[in-house]
Amino acid sequence: MIAAHNPAARNPLAALWWVPRGIIFGLMAFFIFGPLFNLLLWTVAEKWYFPHSLPLEYGFSSWARVFAPRGGAMESLTNSLVVALLTVVVSLLLAIPAGYALARLKLPFRGLILLAFLIPQAFPNLTVYVNVARIFYEIRLNGTIPGVVLVHVSHGLVYAVWIATAAFSAIDAELEQAARNIGAGAFRAFLDVTLPLAAPGLMASAIFVFLESLDEFTGSYFVGAPDVNMLPLLLYTTAAGGNYQIASITALLLLVPSLVFMLIVERFLKADVLSRVGH
Amino acid sequence: MPIIPPNGRTMPKRFLGLLLVLPALAVIAFLFILPLIMSAVGAFQVEGTFGWGNFTKTFDLYTKDIIFTVMIVSLSTVLIGIASIAIGGYLTLGEHPVAVAILRWLYRWPMFIPFIVVGQILRTFLSKNGMMNNTFINLGLLTPLDAVSFLDWRGIVIAFVWKQTPFVALLVAGAMASINRDTIEAARNLGASRLRLLLEIVVPQVAMTLTVGLILSFVTMMSVLSVPLMINAQSPTMLTADIAFRVNSYGDYGVANALGLISLVLAASVAWIYLRASLKERA
Repeated sequence: MIAAHNPAARNPLAALWWVPRGIIFGLMAFFIFGPLFNLLLWTVAEKWYFPHSLPLEYGFSSWARVFAPRGGAMESLTNSLVVALLTVVVSLLLAIPAGYALARLKLPFRGLILLAFLIPQAFPNLTVYVNVARIFYEIRLNGTIPGVVLVHVSHGLVYAVWIATAAFSAIDAELEQAARNIGAGAFRAFLDVTLPLAAPGLMASAIFVFLESLDEFTGSYFVGAPDVNMLPLLLYTTAAGGNYQIASITALLLLVPSLVFMLIVERFLKADVLSRVGH
Repeated sequence: MPIIPPNGRTMPKRFLGLLLVLPALAVIAFLFILPLIMSAVGAFQVEGTFGWGNFTKTFDLYTKDIIFTVMIVSLSTVLIGIASIAIGGYLTLGEHPVAVAILRWLYRWPMFIPFIVVGQILRTFLSKNGMMNNTFINLGLLTPLDAVSFLDWRGIVIAFVWKQTPFVALLVAGAMASINRDTIEAARNLGASRLRLLLEIVVPQVAMTLTVGLILSFVTMMSVLSVPLMINAQSPTMLTADIAFRVNSYGDYGVANALGLISLVLAASVAWIYLRASLKERA
């Protein structure tokens, strides 16, 4: 590598550095993509048993079973999507006013309030969910969709509030002032000027909350199961039952939105918003 | 200037601000802080009276698992730290643009993959007849008789490192990118090797970011239930699996809460070590 740096960069020996690089990158790629490729194989494996290192027959019969009307997977998929969408709606309804206030208005203990939303991420939360399930059992929210949504909201609020705050503080306050000066009310100015400008940032926070809800396992396990079945729970029960095909298809359904988001996150989360997260 | 609400009355800004934040704060208070307090109180409750009963029972049954959890999470944290310094360091100091670009593209993939999916895919990958052993056997690096399953403590450590390294590496690489390049160039001109540059100049400047990332990872790993359930649910296992077992099989909330409080204390002590170190640094 030193050879590549000094002026004799065209030294033919520099090419030799690709040997260690190739080995290290190859190993990394094997350990990162190997498990993912293995998952893909399982989703289309009809027959695969020891000692064969590749499936003996390929086919889509497991897919047909997952998406069959009474396969159970459709119910989990619908539940997961309904819960995730409701979680996004509730989180944004809570986070937009909170984010606006944290970004624009003078608040006492502003730093502490921002930190408070981090609490659910900063403590081991398993024991909390156990006790939430007990509270919900008393007020008959256990095993219901609203119960699961509330648990997911408490967990996703940190993304919603922090990104919403950053999105609002990245917008020039004078634009809203200008609307006020030509006679718009505070609410009107917010709705017509500030909110549309903050939309990309809010969109990013919505996606974060959506994924957080889609992937959440522990809260759904204690509050939802066995009445409200969700995709992560289906993945767990099918995997525990040894049905690797169904488990792998479920895993793929959970995986794809996450990977797509990783590829597009930079479009929604611009650097000016990103640099303000947590401030 | 005061904000004028739609109904035309003037409201002090502070009051309005608090009002807007209040609903979101209430959710955290009722759905997180209240249950957290319940768990702390419940840990000391034995059949209606207060006492240490749950803790004696917990230490009788689960001392091994407590040590197991601490060892696994600590080892994973150390490995994540080393791997993210290596990745961040190469992204910052690497001189071949193509190699840097390959690494930048490669390392991030596991970051957004949910823990439950990580558990599932590593379970099939690391098992005795899994793809990892099969590949090594086909390459002639391993004989079928020597193949062992990695689905024990090693599987949990691999799963944690696999999933958490990109997150910490992303934070560390970001911090390294914003270091003043002049000190690096100066040391390089004096003939410092790249390893020395990394360890003596770059890492000390990003120590704060690295620690924050590692503490967040430590807490996350302490609370993940799906990975131990999917990879290694036999004894010894992690405290999260024990809590779930205690609640689901026995309805024993006392011991579950005591275990929860212990994992809380473990996580808090790590944060406390960090706070003390950073205060000492500033003094």
